[in-house]
Amino acid sequence: MDATQLLAQATDAATSPLASVLAAADPAGLMPARQQMALSLGWHILLACFGVAFPAIIFVMHLRGIRKKDPVALDLAKRWGKVSAVLFAIGAVSGTVLSFEMGLLWPGLMGTYGDVLGLPFAFEGLAFFLEAIFLGIYLYGWGKMPPKLHLLMVLPMAITGVVGTYCVLTVNAWMNSPVGFNVVDGEIVDVRPWAVLFNPHALMQFGHMWVGAYMVAGFSIAAVYAVGMLKGRRDRHHRLGFMVPFAFATIAALAQPFVGHFLGDGLAERQPSKLAAFELAETTDEGPSPLRIGGVYIDGEVKGALDIPYLGSIIAMSSFTEPVPGLDQIPDEDEPPVTMTHLAFQSMIGIGLLLMAAVALFWFLRWRKYDLLKNRLFLRFMAVSGVLAMVALEAGWIATEVGRQPWIVYGVMRTTEAAADHSGALWGVYGASVLLYGGMTLGAIVVLRSMARRWREGAADLPSPYGPRSRIADQAVEVRDCADEKDSTGQKADEQDSAGSKEAAK
Amino acid sequence: MMTLEFAVAAALFAGVLFYAVLGGADFGSGFHDLTAGGSRRGAPLRTLIDHSIGPVWEANHVWLIYVLVMWWTGFPESFAAAMTTLYVPLVLALVGIVLRGASFAFRKYSETLWQARLFGIVFATSSVLAPFFLGTIAGALASGRVPAGGNGDPWSSWLAPTPLFAGAISVGTCAFLAGTFLTADAARGGQVALAARLRVRSLVVGVVTGAVVFAALIPIEHDAPTLWEGLMSRAAPVMALSALGGIGTLVLLWTGRFGPARLTAVVAVAAVMAGWGVGQYPWVLVDQVTITEGAGARATMQGLLVAVGIAAVIVAPALAYLFYLTQSPRWNQAAQGSGAEQPGRAMY
Repeated sequence: MDATQLLAQATDAATSPLASVLAAADPAGLMPARQQMALSLGWHILLACFGVAFPAIIFVMHLRGIRKKDPVALDLAKRWGKVSAVLFAIGAVSGTVLSFEMGLLWPGLMGTYGDVLGLPFAFEGLAFFLEAIFLGIYLYGWGKMPPKLHLLMVLPMAITGVVGTYCVLTVNAWMNSPVGFNVVDGEIVDVRPWAVLFNPHALMQFGHMWVGAYMVAGFSIAAVYAVGMLKGRRDRHHRLGFMVPFAFATIAALAQPFVGHFLGDGLAERQPSKLAAFELAETTDEGPSPLRIGGVYIDGEVKGALDIPYLGSIIAMSSFTEPVPGLDQIPDEDEPPVTMTHLAFQSMIGIGLLLMAAVALFWFLRWRKYDLLKNRLFLRFMAVSGVLAMVALEAGWIATEVGRQPWIVYGVMRTTEAAADHSGALWGVYGASVLLYGGMTLGAIVVLRSMARRWREGAADLPSPYGPRSRIADQAVEVRDCADEKDSTGQKADEQDSAGSKEAAK
Repeated sequence: MMTLEFAVAAALFAGVLFYAVLGGADFGSGFHDLTAGGSRRGAPLRTLIDHSIGPVWEANHVWLIYVLVMWWTGFPESFAAAMTTLYVPLVLALVGIVLRGASFAFRKYSETLWQARLFGIVFATSSVLAPFFLGTIAGALASGRVPAGGNGDPWSSWLAPTPLFAGAISVGTCAFLAGTFLTADAARGGQVALAARLRVRSLVVGVVTGAVVFAALIPIEHDAPTLWEGLMSRAAPVMALSALGGIGTLVLLWTGRFGPARLTAVVAVAAVMAGWGVGQYPWVLVDQVTITEGAGARATMQGLLVAVGIAAVIVAPALAYLFYLTQSPRWNQAAQGSGAEQPGRAMY
């Protein structure tokens, strides 16, 4: 046994004692492949949220700017457009990584089921195509198109966000609840790709993710302006910049617990092992199951959980009497890593409920004529709400993905069968990926922060200096031609900008 | 010949062509960016590159996704075979693609010169590496180095004459396309000196690339006999068309007709790619798996054609609109107008 196998075992053991027993039989490439997928998917999914939800948020702000002739709103829409340019670029490339990884990491899945699960990806590709096209038109169309037509260029992006999310979630729903093919003597026959595209489980999974995307984007953008207000920048710019994304986040956060609940409906029949792990049900109770909050699963026993009687059955089974089917009904080799699934699932729910309560409180107090934006504690909470929404989203994905294990296609194909025959050398690729994603994260943060700083200093255009800076001092003009960024109302901003560069040059 | 499988394969390969031409021109811009010189000397060219590929690179990039999806859905086993064999160049190409896209976006909004330099170098270098490794993948497929069952040798499958030549040709065609496009853009923007500089570059790159394409034919005869046979028979007219396009482009560039030169350059590159496709027909994996053998389920193939049909109706007009806008006088006027006042433009 080589070192990577030991490492794989150690990592597995941390998540589940059962898994460590099985790890000896796992191919050496499995664990790094899992980590690689988790890293790249977990990273991409956050940017995908912005790709899905940001256009609609920008649209509302831009619409307000045009309808009410509101320069603050127009300015915000324009800045958000530039931020989305950065986010969408790294979102597009990190999504490409996933396309490659489908084949590089899971050739067993793609070779066997590529023609079963592929069609939704084709439609997702169409949606992505349109999104990229209209992104280009919108971003570079400022001041070059009639304003109303220009505004309309955002709408296709909001729509393709829906289509794209649906298509991708279709595939994941299929992995959880496979349909659209038969297996005869080990051969895949009678492939029905349209049944996969319109599989019954997809709509609810889509709803959950789509609403989650609006929570992540809405809270994250609002958080930026909450931080600004905490620093004493209490102008209309910050208020408006907070309220529009916050309104989106509000609707999403209020709806999400219900969407999530309906998604879970029928899980006991669909994926009993996942439900048992979610609920930490080690045995099937005689009567109604309690709701287990917290707790870990060690050597087949639950430790440290807080039980609330009846509630488990009421929520999971919609029944006062029916118990949650426990892990005792699942063969050992089909059990997912229980503790991780359970804790991730409950973290998602806990954070979701917290965010729901916060937005409900805000609007309730507003109705009672109290403005929570004056409250520093609330602003502090809002400042971390974006991160919380991201954690909840990641936790949800960990819960559903880890909870599906050991299957890659539930009940049909094990993850071990899908993994490539690569050796533990995959760990090296994984290490390089950590560096790459770390670098991209760092680059994005540096660039976005510097954009915000320059905007605060009054710069409307953000020229990138391709020439030595001294030239700016000589001529007080940017070296960089950024005419493609100027809008028709940019006159005043231009003056501010050149004043800004003069200052910077001094 | 016009079977369902063939139609899907043709649609897939059309995606390869579009990616080679449109995505290729974006990658090629990176080559010119890399060789543009120091920050002062290179400023006008880098600005032009930003302006030219900024609005379109993401849309052009989607052709790659289209190709991958068509491949794994239409011909899943050959996709898995290629992925388990060619993972080294695939990962390297992927790293290039990721770094190119990210650092291009970062550079556009960098605040200081050193940041712009850092992101610029990463952007430019990765723009050269990505097409090289993508080319080696094409070469490996075309020379029959991917076994049907997958898990071929991770090194000898692409570190061989045909794949390496394909990589070099890929870098060259990208730079050639980008050169002619940028020359036309600069000329249209009234940047005479920049256009003159780009014209010389494009001529040099064009001659070198053409020479490499024909030099590649020497090892291909022994290294990839099946492809060679196809190139010398069925694909011969297409290769001749490519040569004509290339020579035509050089003539047009020489005589300063930059607008039409773009068209002939596209013909040259598209024909060289088409020559590869026609040359290796009917194989998906040369000498291993044919289009018919590799095809996925019928219903899925039909579904893919529906998707392609919808794309033709919805995506094609949108894409045409994007290109129309980026080429329209209104979108270029602004750049031109303020460019004239800028010392950065008048410097060289």
